[in-house]
Amino acid sequence: MKQGKLLSLFRNVFAWVLSLIMFIPLLLVVINALKTKTEANGMNMSLPSSLQWSNFAVVIEEGKLIQSFFNSLLYASGSTALSIILASAAAYVLSRNRTRINKVLYFYIILGIAMPMNFVTLTKVMQATHLINTQIGIIILLAAAALPFSVFLIYGFVSSVPRELDEAGIVDGCSPYKLFFTIVLPLLLPVIVTVGILNFMGAWSDFIHPLYYLNSSDKWPMTLAVYNFFGRFQVNWNLVSADIVLTTLPVVVIYLLGQKFIISGMTAGSVKG
Amino acid sequence: MNKKIYPIHFAWITLALYTVFFVLPGLMGFYYSFTDWNSYSTEINFIGFDNFKQLFSADENYLGFINNTLIFTIATVLLKTGLGLAFAITLNEGVRMKGFHRVMLFLPTVVPMLVVGLVFKSILNPATGLLNETLRSVGLGFLAQKWLVDLDWAFKSIIAVDTWKGVGYIMIILLAGLQAISKTYYEAASIDGAGAWNKLRHITIPLLMPALAVTTVLNLLHGLKVFEAVYVLTNGGPGYATDVLYTSIFKEFSMGRFGMGTALSTLLFVFMTIVGYFVVRIMSREGDGE
Repeated sequence: MKQGKLLSLFRNVFAWVLSLIMFIPLLLVVINALKTKTEANGMNMSLPSSLQWSNFAVVIEEGKLIQSFFNSLLYASGSTALSIILASAAAYVLSRNRTRINKVLYFYIILGIAMPMNFVTLTKVMQATHLINTQIGIIILLAAAALPFSVFLIYGFVSSVPRELDEAGIVDGCSPYKLFFTIVLPLLLPVIVTVGILNFMGAWSDFIHPLYYLNSSDKWPMTLAVYNFFGRFQVNWNLVSADIVLTTLPVVVIYLLGQKFIISGMTAGSVKG
Repeated sequence: MNKKIYPIHFAWITLALYTVFFVLPGLMGFYYSFTDWNSYSTEINFIGFDNFKQLFSADENYLGFINNTLIFTIATVLLKTGLGLAFAITLNEGVRMKGFHRVMLFLPTVVPMLVVGLVFKSILNPATGLLNETLRSVGLGFLAQKWLVDLDWAFKSIIAVDTWKGVGYIMIILLAGLQAISKTYYEAASIDGAGAWNKLRHITIPLLMPALAVTTVLNLLHGLKVFEAVYVLTNGGPGYATDVLYTSIFKEFSMGRFGMGTALSTLLFVFMTIVGYFVVRIMSREGDGE
């Protein structure tokens, strides 16, 4: 009995230690974001002598954060909306009508989960389509990159929507569009929310696409802006920290609000796969 | 009948976007790998296997980049699976505030890799970084290293940072797998006198195999595509010691040597598409079972 108690104590201490290891690096940034330049020099865990809220104002000004915030918002929400609509329409017809050819098409799409992007030749495609260094280009690229996994997750979910509803809709004279948008799509909502949050956070965190294809700094998303800011203000860790906090805050807030969807979506999708 | 209710043109735009912006560049790579495509001339000439000869030549660093990519992949697969499994087993039962710990452990997964890289650049700073400072303050100063600068440590540090970011995710997948295992197996084993090790070897691991397969695949795909972790933490340095495929592709791209960049990309494309083919076949077969 005593041994059991000791074991349980050990488990709980271990859980706290692990949580701390995951949390301290992030806390470190928050603490240092509120320090003066000299205090933040060492980037340690000591608390600031007085809270320097002005760091955030400096960063927003110097790092062009307002602009890049709205760029990130545009890329993340644009690509999320696009990928959700396209992926659910495709997953729906491919899952409902499983002919030989449709199965091949489904396989072809989800092969993209493993395929790496060839960024070098993609430049050719971007030039040919006049999408290079454009905001719509980044939205399309992010959406295209998110499609395979989105189709995979939604495809599995479509089977759980009873077919009888489709039949009832057809009997009532629905067109395929009306059937999809008014009957099926609302029932796919749980999986769409999950896929939507995952795609949004993925797009927000994306760094490589704009790195390759956006030259003008006024089109940069927050990730690229913060990286550039780091290059210019390396010695001012208080400002870099403040910039990091502002860049990360949106995803962390979304995560804390939607953590049930996110964790269950990411694990269910993968455990199933 | 089905054709009318579920018209295939619903999938057209998806197929088109995916094909044009994903598959097509991959396929184009097969052609451009055999050319001298670069930013200095508008002409693109066919040069046969020259790029690949250079790529596999011992005088160049490319084989080292491939090697690094593989080491990174194998190391992160093993570390994340091993640690993730150990954590999952420890935390499977008897832990209070489970929800809170779950949120904490998953947190690094959602933070952008770029940000994680910047934070650890500070933490691993040899002079002022939190890690060395802490080691010194508890009298373990002899363990302090020049984490990202030292030739022996730079790559290990990158692997450690990536493991820090990803292990929580793997742990939570494995935890879900563990909780699906019926307790009756363990009770039966206890009656038969099995110890903890035997239970782990003969019950937990075999029944956890599907989940372990999934996490291995996830880590494998993630590892082969690693870019930001290396780019931000060391940008391939010191020298070329920590360069991986995707960072060297970006370097070739920045220097305008597109042909060589394409050859490297195509190598990765072929390898991962073959691996992916088998992975995806298993995934889609399971989907059919419903």
